Amino acid sequence: MAALTREATEALIAEVLEVYPEKAKKDRAKHLMINDKTLESSKKCITSNRKSLPGVMTMRGCAYAGSKGVVWGPIKDIISISHGPIGCGQYARAGRRNYYVGTTGVDAFCELNFTSDFQEKDIVFGGDKKLAKLIEEIEQLFPLNKGISVQSECPIGLIGDDIEAVSKKAAAAIGKPVVPVRCEGFRGVSQSLGHHIANDSVRDWILSNRDGQAFETTPYDVAILGDYNIGGDAWASRILLEQMGLRVVAQWSGDGTLAEMENTPKVKLNLLHCYRSMNYISRHMEEKYGIPWLEYNFFGPTKIAESLRKIASFFDDKIKEGAERVIAQHKEMMDAVIAKYRPRLEGKKVMLYVGGLRPRHVVGAYEDLGMEVVGTGYEFAHNDDYDRTIKDMGDATLIYDDVTGYEFEEFVKACKPDLIGSGIKEKYVFHKMGVPFRQLHSWDYSGPYHGVDGFAIFARDMDMTLNNPCWSKLTPPWVKKDEVAEKKAA
Amino acid sequence: MAKLRQCAIYGKGGIGKSTTTQNLVAALAESGKKVMIVGCDPKADSTRLILHSKAQNTVMHLAAEAGSVEDLELEDVMAIGFGGVKCVESGGPEPGVGCAGRGVITAINFLEEEGAYDEDLDFVFYDVLGDVVCGGFAMPIRENKAQEIYIVCSGEMMAMYAANNIAKGIVKYANSGGVRLAGLICNSRKTDREDELIMALAAKLGTQMIHFVPRDNAVQHAEIRRMTVIEYDPTAKQADEYRALANKINNNTKFVIPTPIEMEELEELLMEFGIMEAEDESVVGKTAAELAAEAA
Repeated sequence: MAALTREATEALIAEVLEVYPEKAKKDRAKHLMINDKTLESSKKCITSNRKSLPGVMTMRGCAYAGSKGVVWGPIKDIISISHGPIGCGQYARAGRRNYYVGTTGVDAFCELNFTSDFQEKDIVFGGDKKLAKLIEEIEQLFPLNKGISVQSECPIGLIGDDIEAVSKKAAAAIGKPVVPVRCEGFRGVSQSLGHHIANDSVRDWILSNRDGQAFETTPYDVAILGDYNIGGDAWASRILLEQMGLRVVAQWSGDGTLAEMENTPKVKLNLLHCYRSMNYISRHMEEKYGIPWLEYNFFGPTKIAESLRKIASFFDDKIKEGAERVIAQHKEMMDAVIAKYRPRLEGKKVMLYVGGLRPRHVVGAYEDLGMEVVGTGYEFAHNDDYDRTIKDMGDATLIYDDVTGYEFEEFVKACKPDLIGSGIKEKYVFHKMGVPFRQLHSWDYSGPYHGVDGFAIFARDMDMTLNNPCWSKLTPPWVKKDEVAEKKAA
Repeated sequence: MAKLRQCAIYGKGGIGKSTTTQNLVAALAESGKKVMIVGCDPKADSTRLILHSKAQNTVMHLAAEAGSVEDLELEDVMAIGFGGVKCVESGGPEPGVGCAGRGVITAINFLEEEGAYDEDLDFVFYDVLGDVVCGGFAMPIRENKAQEIYIVCSGEMMAMYAANNIAKGIVKYANSGGVRLAGLICNSRKTDREDELIMALAAKLGTQMIHFVPRDNAVQHAEIRRMTVIEYDPTAKQADEYRALANKINNNTKFVIPTPIEMEELEELLMEFGIMEAEDESVVGKTAAELAAEAA
């Protein structure tokens, strides 16, 4: 049952939109919808992937963030250069907790910031020479790198530096891939275009590097795509696949390597977790190498079991039995987690606002714990994401695209969720409103949340946040409770 | 002391902006004025006739060598030439790389911060490359910089077309700041009725042809010796032309917000003076074969 009726939700949207100027109202109205599970397509009821309005406090990032921060950054043995002034690289450094196994600075580089640190003179005279020098120095100082990517910041596109020519020359000199990526921040309306550009550059410079080379395959080879190993998510996913008898050849890109990516065209099936950020390369591999791809969801036991069976259906009985065995093997533990936490969380309402896949993927995990997601939305989704969301959300629930700071606050005031799952920029606003909050980008420095192991942590974290005694202590002892109520009413 | 006048010289590439500017500045210096030239062109050829040098060390090249522009001192970038004229070149990248416009912005900001515009100066002349291609090359005409713009042009179609475009750029900044069009300088290419044509164009733009500089080989003779005519041969007739231009600019009070004209109007003007023939609409978009077929 939804928190509000369809009519009440409609009225809420109308009321929230009322404060906007006419033009903004018209625009924002298109980005808000009330879910109707019977719909096949979201096309008629929500608009997405459009430019944000000035002044609305959008939470979006930029193309550079999508390419360097999301797709390229987590590949552990490739050094990604933030090419341009210092800020982009420094403030995007190690922020997404993409875990990896390796020795940082020796054979793994994700947590370091490599940048060309543009100065005025580099703008005026161009940065090509500096880039060539930088690659040379990287090769000397970090010889165990397996390749280099050049992540363009805004000025690169403005001054027309020829990073392609520098990359080609450098690649020949060091005998490793050097990939120019045109992910200048001003391109596109959000980080989403950065994902696409990053996918395309992997396609053009990496993917076919080992075509025609011998590779010992098995009938059970798969690759994990769109798992960035935040807090160890990919590890918790990989283990389930391996337990059911599959061989995971590659992880894209969390704890991933260049070799894994180059070998991916040899797999039998691509398993896609974050559809938004890696559907492009999945489609390309389907077209060029005939590799089918399958979206799966490893949040919560229901979706995990569903996904494992769906994955197994691509393979023989051995794997199908493997899937059943894995489901059965973990059932007791999953039941125990639910038995422990569900009574403490049952009936609680959640509102979400996240990025690529989580606004729909975590719904099942909350439902496993007896919770209900009453509102959800994406920062940078396209309509194919909303098509998928319609099915996962309850009827008459609220769906918001590129929600504004004001709208989100108002929706929370009206829907009164018991828990909000969103990002660091939203967190303290809702803390101040006294609403329990979990970061669903970084898992609030916890995790993993994927897989069986992840669900136990997910359930614990939701419980300790929601049932934390601090929420009843928000009114200081010298203020009487009814004074607060009066103030709120005023 | 009179207020410092800041003037910018614009015009189509190759029209003779740098030569005209330096001869004009030399004439002003000769008459006792304190002048500074700021070259705003990566080619850095705005001061060579004053300094007798191939190319002056530029602000941006020196900054690149020193590490950053903050590491420079004013005396590093400023040279003194004929008649005590102060010379600075902004400099910039070789063609095809980097951002020359940013170089101009950086260099001019540096000059301001370092106090290059001292109180003794009577005139600053900015010699700006070809066209206002981006914001950087509009830097000299933004707020608190050049107030007077002189456009060097000739009776050739593209030169006039460029002059009109520059006038459009001035309108944009005239409304936000105090910049005004101060006149057209006709640097003669010996086209027919050139003076009348430029006067007609000036009238349409709401300004004046401040001076008609005839073509004279003395300019080339001086240039070969990296000198202005004023310095090389002060008795030459051409030197008097530049003195006349300098005098007119010194006394100029006609500063206007220009009224740039539409392309059609410019073409009509050119047709009126026989530089352009009337367009035959019937042949537009037809291939040679089609026209041959029609003629047959």
